[in-house]
Formats: sequence, structure tokens, C-alpha cells
Amino acid sequence: MTRFLRALTHDPQFRRGVADIAPFAPGIAAWGIVTGVAMVQSGLDVWLALLMSLTVFAGTAQLASLPILAAGAPLWVLWATAFCVNLRFVIFSAQWRTYLEHLPRRRRVLLGYFLADLNLLVFQKAWPSGAPEPGQVAYVMGGATIWAVWQVSSIVGICAASLVPVHWGLGFAGTLSMLGLAYGLLVDRKAQLAAVVAAAAAIAAFALPLKLNILVAIAAAVVAGELMGHAQRAAQRSDEVV
Amino acid sequence: MTSGLHTTLAIIGLAAVTVVARGFFLLPRRAWAVPAWLQRSLQLAPLAALVAVLAPEIFMANGHLLTTWRDARLPSALAATLWYAWRPGVLGPLIVGLCVYLPLRLLLGW
Repeated sequence: MTRFLRALTHDPQFRRGVADIAPFAPGIAAWGIVTGVAMVQSGLDVWLALLMSLTVFAGTAQLASLPILAAGAPLWVLWATAFCVNLRFVIFSAQWRTYLEHLPRRRRVLLGYFLADLNLLVFQKAWPSGAPEPGQVAYVMGGATIWAVWQVSSIVGICAASLVPVHWGLGFAGTLSMLGLAYGLLVDRKAQLAAVVAAAAAIAAFALPLKLNILVAIAAAVVAGELMGHAQRAAQRSDEVV
Repeated sequence: MTSGLHTTLAIIGLAAVTVVARGFFLLPRRAWAVPAWLQRSLQLAPLAALVAVLAPEIFMANGHLLTTWRDARLPSALAATLWYAWRPGVLGPLIVGLCVYLPLRLLLGW
């Protein structure tokens, strides 16, 4: 194991992977601290917050799960919502498959667990060919070291949060950072429509039991976006005919 | 928050959700292609889930739409939004939003 690690840390591609992700460390650290604070301030016990940080390792899903946990919703609603928030990883995993195909199945899945949004972004910039090449796995492992930055900052946030009185309402920091993330996803008209529909549906259906308003809102937004995409494609086709 | 055991179970499940989501297409022994329609609709789901959680957190209190604008969350979210329009990012809007939120809440009791 130590020999493997020593060889890895001397691998130029591993080092390149670390160097390419390093500029993002301050942003990740800030985000980790906010998530740590938000977890404790929403009422999560410090030990459970540590468990969540160390095992779940998906900031957005963690933040989104806090209000649902606090509301005492059934577990399947919580997990379904977290899965929806994580659906982008499902899409990413299809892309990772291209590069990790040759690895044994268990190593593939284990490595995949450590790969979040930034990793794919940075990877695609570094390997623009889009095809498997030697050295890529070491590079991916280098990028995965950002895991440590996330965990340390998250733990700092968890420890700091217990020093801040709850009536400050700092859990709202989690909401504010989700807001910035959501704005970043409003890339086109379809996304904007989906966001408006999701917001309206989540509020209108709030009285539903089991926090089902969230799942209803997701379904409504996806359908609305699909319909708009359908209409846009139809309009394009009729333009071509004329 | 509910009992410790319930929450522990919830967290272990959330960890499993991460493993399944990140490993979704890495797990099968043989690679298979994602149908285009599925990929299209999956694209909107993360945004929808985020907004569905967010909107009630900003616009509602005790299960009802806010009836007053004297709630620290509204000016805070507005400030964060304006900042985002000027300088997109996650950190900037967060800091600006908190700078509005904390004084209103702690000094004015909004």
C-alpha cells in the first residue's frame, strides 16, 4: 500500500491532476465550511454531521436533505430527493466510463465515488480528445485529492457551528449557497421555465404530507421543460420546411 | 430533529445514494448507451430538485407563504440575486446575502 502510494505521488500525471485541481481549493473550502455550519445549525448532532460529511460526500445533496430531515419526512422521500439532486452524477458516470472502462469493476466504482462536479470539468479540459489515454487514471486520482480539502473544511465548519447560537439562523447560509448553484444552472429558457414551475409547485403543494411537494415539483418541472423542448424542436422543424 | 437512530439510517441511505449515483454507469459489467430522451430530461432534474427545496425555505414560514416583507430572508435572497447578476458564482452571493441577513435578523429581529 505504501509502495503504491509512493509510486503514485511520484507519477507525473498524478501530480498534474493535483496541480490542476489546486486552484479550486479555496472555493471548495468555503463551500465545505458553509455545509458544515448548515448541518449543525439545522439541528443535526455533531457526530451525525461528521458521519454525514465523511460518508455522503455530496455537498448539494447534503444541504438539500437538511430541511427534509428536519421536517421528519419519510426516508424514501429524503433519498428520492437526494437522488434527483445527484442525477447529474448519473450522467457524469456515463462519461467517466469511457476513461475508466479498463479498470476492474470494484476499483471503477470506488474511484467513481470520489469524483464530483469539478473533477469532470477539470479532467475534460486536461484531456480534450475525449478518448482513453495512458496516464488518465493517475490524473483522476490526483484530482480526487480535493476530497481531503472538502472534508477538513467541512469538519472545521461543524466544529465552528456549535460555537454560534442557533437563533442567528445561520442555516440560511446553506439556502443562500444553493441559490447561487441554482442560478448557475439556469442556462437556457427551458431551464428557466423548469425553475419557475418547480418553485411554484413546491410552494403550492407544500401542504402535501411527507414532503411530497418536492417530488411533485421535480416531476412538474421536468415535464414542463420537456414540453417546451418539444415545442422548440417542432418550431425548428417547421422553419426548415418553410 | 428526529431520533438519532432514524437520522443515522437516513445518512447511511444518503451515502448509498451517492455511491449509486456516481457509480451508476460504472457499475454494470458491460457499458450501455444512455437514450437521448433520458439524458435530456435528467438534465433538468437537479435544477428542479434544488429549486423545489429552496423556494419554500425562502418564501414560506410555518407552512404558509410569507405575509410580511419584514423577514430577513427576503432582502438577503434579493441581495444575493442582484450580486449574482453582477458577478456569477456561489461564494459572492453567499457572503453578500449573509451581510444583509445577519444585521436584519440580529439587530432588527426580522
